[in-house]
Amino acid sequence: MLLVFALTSGIIFACGIYMMLRRSMVRLIIGLSLVTYAVNLLIFSMGDLSRRIAPIVETIPSSEMADPLPQALILTAIVISFGATAFTIALAYRASKAVQTDNMDVLGDTEGEV
Amino acid sequence: MQFLIVLPLLIPFAMGISALFRFRESRRLFAVVASLINMLVCGGILIYVNQNGMLVSQMGGHAAPFGISLVIDSLSAVMLAITSVITFTTVIFSLATIDIDRERFAFYPLIGFLLLGINFAFLTGDLFTLYVSFEVMLMSSFVLLTLGGEKGQLAGGLKYVTLNLISSIIFLIAAGLTYAVVGTLNLAQLAERLSDVSSPSITTLLAGLFLIAFGIKAAIFPLFFWLPASYHTPPIAVTALFGGILTKVGIYAMWRVLVMVFPNDMVLLQPLVLTLAALTMVTGVLGAVAQSEIRRLLSFHIISQIGYLLMGIGLMTQQGMMGTVFFVVHVILAKTALFFIAGVIHDEQGSYSLKKLGGFQKSHPFLAGLFLVAALSLAGIPPFPGFWAKLILIQAGLAAGQYWVVAIALIVSVLTLYSMTKLWHEIFWKSRPTPIPQPAQPAKNHRHARLIMTPSVMLVLVILLITVFTEPLIGIAQVAAEGVLSPQPYIQTVLVKEAAP
Repeated sequence: MLLVFALTSGIIFACGIYMMLRRSMVRLIIGLSLVTYAVNLLIFSMGDLSRRIAPIVETIPSSEMADPLPQALILTAIVISFGATAFTIALAYRASKAVQTDNMDVLGDTEGEV
Repeated sequence: MQFLIVLPLLIPFAMGISALFRFRESRRLFAVVASLINMLVCGGILIYVNQNGMLVSQMGGHAAPFGISLVIDSLSAVMLAITSVITFTTVIFSLATIDIDRERFAFYPLIGFLLLGINFAFLTGDLFTLYVSFEVMLMSSFVLLTLGGEKGQLAGGLKYVTLNLISSIIFLIAAGLTYAVVGTLNLAQLAERLSDVSSPSITTLLAGLFLIAFGIKAAIFPLFFWLPASYHTPPIAVTALFGGILTKVGIYAMWRVLVMVFPNDMVLLQPLVLTLAALTMVTGVLGAVAQSEIRRLLSFHIISQIGYLLMGIGLMTQQGMMGTVFFVVHVILAKTALFFIAGVIHDEQGSYSLKKLGGFQKSHPFLAGLFLVAALSLAGIPPFPGFWAKLILIQAGLAAGQYWVVAIALIVSVLTLYSMTKLWHEIFWKSRPTPIPQPAQPAKNHRHARLIMTPSVMLVLVILLITVFTEPLIGIAQVAAEGVLSPQPYIQTVLVKEAAP
């Protein structure tokens, strides 16, 4: 099970990084989201992946409880990445309006002009 | 005194919420009042913590390893205090320089949220909450950087946003793996448990991941490219705030996580960290020497100063840590003061380009004096605090036997002095190039002139104050360094004492 998670997460990472290295702003955003998903999957596999019961204290023995922390972390990470993605989309939209293209090379580097 | 610990979070939050105020004037007034109160509170915390030891509070009443702890030790208190000074002066400077459109679009509330993220990073005693606070800080900085939507801002902002998001992703991976290896995210418990992890190589790997994550935030050598690409694009008040504080939050995270939690691995990684420090210093200062635009020149200097801080961290000795804490205070003050002075110069002559400026020594002798203090302090000329900061770091380097880093630090120091001399010559000494560039702004009144000068005067006064009272600050830095290098008191205060009742 762990191997499946590791492989899936690795493949998504690879796809995300490939997308980020393109010149298009939209692909950059897709790449960033893919990498965040891969990280979420990675954190998910940090707890143990066996089937256990919801950790309600004093109703079940602690040996049968699932670890709730990775899920709490992922939930937070999802919310944060949602906000970050929304901002990046808005930024890319404004940038593409400014230069009339999706190509980041056209947007140019800020180091040239004074 | 438990309520003291939440005030540095509540006050910036209130400042952020002032976005709901209908009138621009009321937001401005509220921002000034809130950041002033924040400064007073943080000053109070610094005094209190130095007299009575650290403040700990467990959020929601859950005991330490399970709940989220807020901790203020000496190091956090120093960082909180210096940040509050910079924020207050930035707000004053923004009153004079920020245009009405940006003010309408919640400029001051955004500074409030940025401050919330920064203060939260200094306060938290939990690795994952540190990640969350970094995100709060980043989101506000994204908006502040791109607010206004000029083409340069968008292009610089896109690089800034992408690289910082990647850094957050690496941080998140490292935090997740740390939880898998150690089974806790509480920094005190991590520091306690990491020494008994069975395979030490995995902790070195984690330390390396954290080094990359915080290295991007702090702009160290191979990871700094977002900084010179973006820092000169926003209004100068924003650049001053970012240049003063944001990269130093990365340095703080290195202290808190790498030095306090992974000391053994940091010793293993020492050659790497010191090499990176040397390369950061050299590339930063060489980049600065090549620039002919004030904001870019100062932005590259941020990088070279980060190299000094990284060197102090890499030495992993008591004296090195003390020097780093002292250095961070001095560099935040000097750098922000220089950015403010650049803003005043731009306000007078409408340009940041060294070619178009000149003659300020005759027309603005007082401004020239302010610049001289800040620039000489940055370059490390006695009796200014920059000299003592560098002296302590260099002594620490010699004591640790790392002679080559010390040699590089000294050469970089000379180059820093050279580029400060260049600024002095081009802006102040050189006669004004003809034709005299006319500023596009309408005629300014006395009130504006006084308002725009106030922040630089305040910061230079603080620098002079530290020049006179160097000894007490070194004392505070000493305590802060001890707290990070030997975290036993930290662990005991956070875990044991609070868990008992």
